[in-house]
Amino acid sequence: MLKTFPKGGIHPPENKITSTKSIKRMPTPKVVYVPISQHIGIPAEITVNVKDKVEIGQVIAKSSGFVSSNIHSPVSGTVTKLDKIIDTSGYKKQCIVIRTDIKDESNFEDIEYPLKKDISLEPKDILQKINESGIVGLGGATFPSHVKLSIKEGAKLDCLIINGVECEPYLTADHRLMLEKAEEIIVGIKILMFALHIDKAIIGIENNKKDAIEVFKNLIINEKSIKVAALKVKYPQGGEKQLVRAILNREVPKNGLPLDVGVIVHNVGTIFAIYQAIQHNKPLTERVVTVTGKKLENASNYWVKIGTPIKDLVDEVGGLPEGTRKIVNGGPMMGKAIKNMDVPVTKGTSGILVIHEDEASRGEQKNCIRCGECVDVCPMGLEPHLLMNLTEKGKYDDASNEDIMTCIECGSCSFVCPSHRPLLDYIRFGKHIVKKLNTAKN
Amino acid sequence: MSTQPIIVSASPHVHSDRTSKKLMYDVVIALIPAFIVSIYVFGIGALIVTSVAVISCLLFEYLIQKYLLKTAVTITDGSALITGILLAFNLPSNLPVWMIIVGSLVAIGVAKSSFGGLGFNVFNPALVGRVFLLVSFPVQMTLWPTAIVNNSTVVDAVTGATPLGVIKEGLQYGETITQMSTKIPSIIDMLLGFTGGSLGEMSALALLIGGIFLIVRKVISWHIPVIMLATIMLMTGIYWFIDPEHYANPLIHILSGGAILGAFFMATDLVTSPMTKKGMVIFAIGIGIITVVIRLFGAYPEGVSFAILIMNAFVPLINKYFKPRRFGSKIKAKIV
Repeated sequence: MLKTFPKGGIHPPENKITSTKSIKRMPTPKVVYVPISQHIGIPAEITVNVKDKVEIGQVIAKSSGFVSSNIHSPVSGTVTKLDKIIDTSGYKKQCIVIRTDIKDESNFEDIEYPLKKDISLEPKDILQKINESGIVGLGGATFPSHVKLSIKEGAKLDCLIINGVECEPYLTADHRLMLEKAEEIIVGIKILMFALHIDKAIIGIENNKKDAIEVFKNLIINEKSIKVAALKVKYPQGGEKQLVRAILNREVPKNGLPLDVGVIVHNVGTIFAIYQAIQHNKPLTERVVTVTGKKLENASNYWVKIGTPIKDLVDEVGGLPEGTRKIVNGGPMMGKAIKNMDVPVTKGTSGILVIHEDEASRGEQKNCIRCGECVDVCPMGLEPHLLMNLTEKGKYDDASNEDIMTCIECGSCSFVCPSHRPLLDYIRFGKHIVKKLNTAKN
Repeated sequence: MSTQPIIVSASPHVHSDRTSKKLMYDVVIALIPAFIVSIYVFGIGALIVTSVAVISCLLFEYLIQKYLLKTAVTITDGSALITGILLAFNLPSNLPVWMIIVGSLVAIGVAKSSFGGLGFNVFNPALVGRVFLLVSFPVQMTLWPTAIVNNSTVVDAVTGATPLGVIKEGLQYGETITQMSTKIPSIIDMLLGFTGGSLGEMSALALLIGGIFLIVRKVISWHIPVIMLATIMLMTGIYWFIDPEHYANPLIHILSGGAILGAFFMATDLVTSPMTKKGMVIFAIGIGIITVVIRLFGAYPEGVSFAILIMNAFVPLINKYFKPRRFGSKIKAKIV
């Protein structure tokens, strides 16, 4: 029996079209647009001026608090503007515009670093380095990694979980990374285990990536402390709480963190970024992005420099096909639809999904028939129909008492609702108001 | 670039291909075997009753939505169609047409539309219509035509009681079950549907096929039918075990009357049954107990309809107190 979390979850069509496509390098764009807020927390502070020359990997905006992150220049070139441009959120956000120096060859090199296994840094320096390298959770949450790794004295921590679940349909960025950089990821895991003084690590991979499971199993034959857990394919298993429950049978308390049950979870992409930062002194300036869609000519996976406009990615795979009606930054379950193709790739961009008009529109909303499907599939044990109803009626206190804030916004309820009710839309709105009310109360 | 604008909406951007309409029509498909048996058993009467019920339910829904409520007409969603079929299935096959129309009006007008339409009704509309007819026209509603196939020489005019009715009546006259045995149809006849009764509740086998289809298609979960029937079987079994001369054996209780029709098609009505599995268990046990109490100790020989309606009233309460367990609530953090 494959492990999984017991309550709720769905199995949407996987559509992992690009799972066999190895990661190619996206050509370096002429101009990059680097937002200063690519992470959860306080935006970084700009440290460059217009007309400044910058080098690859140079800090161009520095972390401005504990929950913040450095931003490094993805290219070498000249800062042309400090402007506000529309990002994935749909709002105009501060960003640094850099014109790539086309004469500088380092912009176009594809450096393959040799595998480096020996860890030379001390634990303290490792954490410092991760902080300086601007590493954030690359699974999509973009939570600054050093915050997650700053464990208070006395906290019991016994297991590192590596999230290679990639439960979102279509996305294959983590899958390909696991296949192509498995050895580096193992070193990355060892770095973290060394830095955190823990002697147990488990890599969680869903069973639709059997090749990745095999690769890791072969690599860890002689490793006592690292294990691979093959998981049943079920969305949203990549959610931290669901993953910890699936692998270790430990339940993170309500409003708690995995750390409360002695666990720390990192995405495989983050682990690879940590490897590169520690072993090769390379800050986070690029990431793997899956560019996919049923009608795309050359859907594939790419190494993309942060700040590359999404338009460049779509052009690279053959342009928007006829009849495209939706472009999603991320996967189909939790990604954000975007309107503007100039939106740049940021640290949290795991995929670009192009949706054809056949599938772009929502079905017509009908009356709730009280079938209870949403209750069945909610992995958090909530009652989405009730939360929507309470939000609709403005009963925010009741919604709060019904644990609306514990919703992880996985969208399983909206996915299954046979009456096409916009359950998650209302729940998000309800959460927003409840959050405001709670802030006002305190 | 396409000329049509790009859509920007919140996630999720994909949806399962299940719709409420498909669920409804699955229920209709599941009712077909029982309908075929009822036509075979009761002939043209079954066809007339079902057509009249279906047409009048759809018509009343249309008229009420269009002219009274002035809202969008949703008669194609399949729900009024199901109400019509289920109402017909709960009626004798020789009921006068005007009574069927009255029953349909009560089902759609009173039990459904006045609560706010699909999804807002507390009680199962078809059962409200049925019970309304039962208490208003007790004579016509309990004159069951005998199965044609058993009485091929005489088509009309022959009426008889249901197996449960026979037993209830017999017990009142002081007969024992053994003395009544010739009047009670065999288990095989009850399974296939060659007994007296409402037109859709005849063949346990046909209903089971439909019910299993619904479970396989995940339109309903097994919890309500299985637990409800198990409760009926267990309770009647205990009485039968203690005194087999005065209490019919559990198989008769399951196979005759509306137990199977009720368990698979009426109690499982999505709108009027609880949301959670825990709630469904409570709901089903409640229906089972009330059914047996009415059958064994009440004035009516049959109690499934009443039992379901009574438990329907408890559904909001059940939903309130039997919630799914919230992830991460009331647990002891265990660190190995």
